[in-house]
Amino acid sequence: MSNPKIKITNLHKAFGRKVVLDGIDLEIAEGESLVVIGGSGTGKSVLIKCIQGILTPDKGSILVDDQEVVGVSEKEKELLHSKMGMLFQGGALFDSLSVWENVAFGLIENQNMERKAAKMEAIRVLRQVGLAPDVADLSPSELSGGMQKRVGLARAIATRPEIIFFDEPTTGLDPIMSDVINDLIIESVKGLGATALTITHDMASARKIADRIAMLYQGKIIWQGTVKEMDKTNNEYVRQFINGSSQGPIKVEV
Amino acid sequence: MLVRPIQKFLRKLGQPLVTFFSRLGELSLFVARSVYNCFTPPFYLNNIWRQLVDIGFYSLPVVALTTIFAGMVIALQSYSGFSRFGAESAVASVVLISVTRELAPALSALMVAGRIGAAMAAEIGTMRVTEQIDALTTLSTNPFKYLIAPRVIASVIVLPVLVMIGDVIGIFGGYVVGVYQLGFNPANYIKSTIDNLQALDITTGLVKAAVFGFIIAVMGCYNGYKSKGGAQGVGDATTNSVVSSSILILIFNYIITGMFFSK
Repeated sequence: MSNPKIKITNLHKAFGRKVVLDGIDLEIAEGESLVVIGGSGTGKSVLIKCIQGILTPDKGSILVDDQEVVGVSEKEKELLHSKMGMLFQGGALFDSLSVWENVAFGLIENQNMERKAAKMEAIRVLRQVGLAPDVADLSPSELSGGMQKRVGLARAIATRPEIIFFDEPTTGLDPIMSDVINDLIIESVKGLGATALTITHDMASARKIADRIAMLYQGKIIWQGTVKEMDKTNNEYVRQFINGSSQGPIKVEV
Repeated sequence: MLVRPIQKFLRKLGQPLVTFFSRLGELSLFVARSVYNCFTPPFYLNNIWRQLVDIGFYSLPVVALTTIFAGMVIALQSYSGFSRFGAESAVASVVLISVTRELAPALSALMVAGRIGAAMAAEIGTMRVTEQIDALTTLSTNPFKYLIAPRVIASVIVLPVLVMIGDVIGIFGGYVVGVYQLGFNPANYIKSTIDNLQALDITTGLVKAAVFGFIIAVMGCYNGYKSKGGAQGVGDATTNSVVSSSILILIFNYIITGMFFSK
């Protein structure tokens, strides 16, 4: 097997006294779709932000394409980000820009594409995620939640990134719309041949889009394997989580 | 036996002090980063232009109203005050000096801090809590260059322009009161204004304006950028930006005046 696309070793991150990541080891192969599951507030988002270099970990190493991410300069970070795309939980669309300007943002600002060409490209990508061309000139605030997610997805894939992050892609959507988004995620990731890292607590979504699943609990990866292995595992933590039971070893801090 | 209370006392004393200095350090780093990014490419000219229009053009009515009434009130006050010494003829030059040196820059800056500083804090704060700033980063765009530098650049350029316009309007306000209410001869009033016109009065006002512009933009952006915790956090950021920039404006107003005019 070739080297992993992303390799995380012994990653630590604490905010004040609150330890969030406590020694994460994780590898993601090229073209693989890994889903990290875990309860709310277990540091899933922090993990993604560390890989992106938005947060600086306290200790540990993150290799992307065999290159260290931790502690690199702003310039190198920008280079790193040009390989990455991200779908944010709330969409995080720029509300001062129109829908197509959002989608074409990376193309115009970083790949220096002409505005006209970028708009054509944006409309093409919008169609790819199932949105009609007349949405392009609307403002993000005029869209429904599901449509905002689609635009966010379009923006994430427009620059044809090698790695795409999905932060709770189905949260706040009805089950059918969730499934539509899941399909779109699979389509676009496979279409680009990209490596995908998704964090979610929606098990239906995780089952559908994952090649492999890893569970984060108390700052550590306590289990990883395929969906089939997950259904057969005797790991009590995983079983409790996938069954969504309040009884078991995981105690919810109220 | 005494150790406990002493410890308690020191802790009470130390915590705000540590918070204060860590805030100060954070702010200094933020200012340094903002300034650095104002001078390094890429420059987002579209964003700078939009801010120039927003801060400059749309602040004109506010600045005009503020300075015209400031000029008018100074004419009234100095007339009634100076008539005690029979020095009514000094009204024109008092209006000139107080408007150009003090009132136009300080009052305009305070008004713009309320209008623009608050808007900056609210907009950037909302972008922070809805992850739009993280989204910028993931799209390989430096938020300091895209959001903050344009605001700082535009603000530093446009405040002196606003103050220049404010100077003219403020002096005109004084003229209106002087001629139509206090009965000065228009020609004499204008002559006395022009005779007393000194470049230094204008330039200090403009230097102040540029510094105030910097303070407004940086405090607005800083509070917005560091805001957290949803709508309430953004509300706090807005309040803090207006309060802190207003206080800083008044402090620097004194410092700059001291630099130019103290002997």
